[in-house]
Amino acid sequence: MSALTPALAEIVEEFTEVPEADRLELLLDFSRELPELPTRLAEHPELFEQVVECQSPLFLIVEVDADRVVNLFFSAPPEAPTTRGFASVLAAGLDGCPAAEILAVPEDMPALLGLSRALSPLRMRGMTAMLARIKRQVSEQLAA
Amino acid sequence: MSLPVEHNPSYAQYAHPERLVSTGWLAENLGAENLVVLESNEDILLYSTGHIPGALKIDWFTELNDEVTRDYVEGEDFAALMSAKGISRETTVVLYGDKSNWWAAYALWVFTLFGHEDVRLLDGGRDKWIAEGRELSTGKPAVVATDYPVVERDDSVIRAYLPQVLEHLGNPLIDVRSPEEYTGERTHMPNYPEEGAMRGGHIPTAASVPWGRAAAADGTFKPRAELEAIYLDEAGLKPGDEVVAYCRIGERSSHTWFVLKHLLGFETVRNYDGSWTEWGNAVGVPIVRGEAGGALPAKRGARA
Repeated sequence: MSALTPALAEIVEEFTEVPEADRLELLLDFSRELPELPTRLAEHPELFEQVVECQSPLFLIVEVDADRVVNLFFSAPPEAPTTRGFASVLAAGLDGCPAAEILAVPEDMPALLGLSRALSPLRMRGMTAMLARIKRQVSEQLAA
Repeated sequence: MSLPVEHNPSYAQYAHPERLVSTGWLAENLGAENLVVLESNEDILLYSTGHIPGALKIDWFTELNDEVTRDYVEGEDFAALMSAKGISRETTVVLYGDKSNWWAAYALWVFTLFGHEDVRLLDGGRDKWIAEGRELSTGKPAVVATDYPVVERDDSVIRAYLPQVLEHLGNPLIDVRSPEEYTGERTHMPNYPEEGAMRGGHIPTAASVPWGRAAAADGTFKPRAELEAIYLDEAGLKPGDEVVAYCRIGERSSHTWFVLKHLLGFETVRNYDGSWTEWGNAVGVPIVRGEAGGALPAKRGARA
């Protein structure tokens, strides 16, 4: 069954309950809150997968631990606030969740944020690709 | 009254030096009456992280595009937009943006569709301003609304539609996309999402000149001699040619349009904004795959 994680559902609500004009501001707030990389990863760019579908460089690491809990790490430059904002939404909504919950997140989840009139399809697609790559990595690691 | 043209020796080489301003000129003129500075970016949030003091944001997708027609706004909407940004018909508008002014050139081209007389690009754009350590602001500039007249958009001079591109075949075409998009290896920009074109390739006979080749490393335009080496010697354009440029949706080719029209002085340059997302999907129009421009199709397809 496809469903949002509780944290993601909350974020979607946060976006949709504000007027359309304020949603970009909210995304900008998220972009500022993207967690810094821990030192053990910051020095290892080779561990990251690039989300080439994003308009600006975005790199991510997905870790699934023994209890099948998923941790996510993102790296994106400050001059790419939209990409950072999307990464931050996914970090806040998915980080620390059980793998099964992440796999159940619908592929078109980014469309639920109500940003399609503010962001061109190309801009939105970066976030969809980020989610798809996270889900693919989770599946691969569960299978390994 | 618009502002005096910048007298910059390094712009004298270009056909229309009045279309460029340097970062130094802009810094000196910030706050001048009749000057409005607009930031036009690919990243819609970038402006809010800090912009040139007093600059306002303009976004192609939410402000210059019509939501339902896959077209630019009409005269009334453009007038309302200009009025809300404090722009009058005589205002000097300076546009700048991220990525070598790619989206700023696009906005400039749309302004030109509405015949706004004095619209200029900040040479080097946002990145150069920042690289020089110039001031940024996150403040919201106060705007005194104006009463911009309703001017009908004129698509006849600098814009080409698909049927006109078919008629144009046999005259020079510049494809400004990446080499991989040109050959048909892929239908979208490297590192960018799939754009949904059915066929990969290019318009028959088009020469491949990726748009970014016109920009120097610091985002400014290359000197005229270098531009001529690229567009004349290499791509084969001749003075007096009528040229059509295209890309994927018409934004990258606006940058090339600016170069051909304002820097190299080609009189008749049109931007085909339908570009590959239209041509690559259209029924009954020919394409060419591979590195060669290809021959003119004997039969131009059902649409011609």
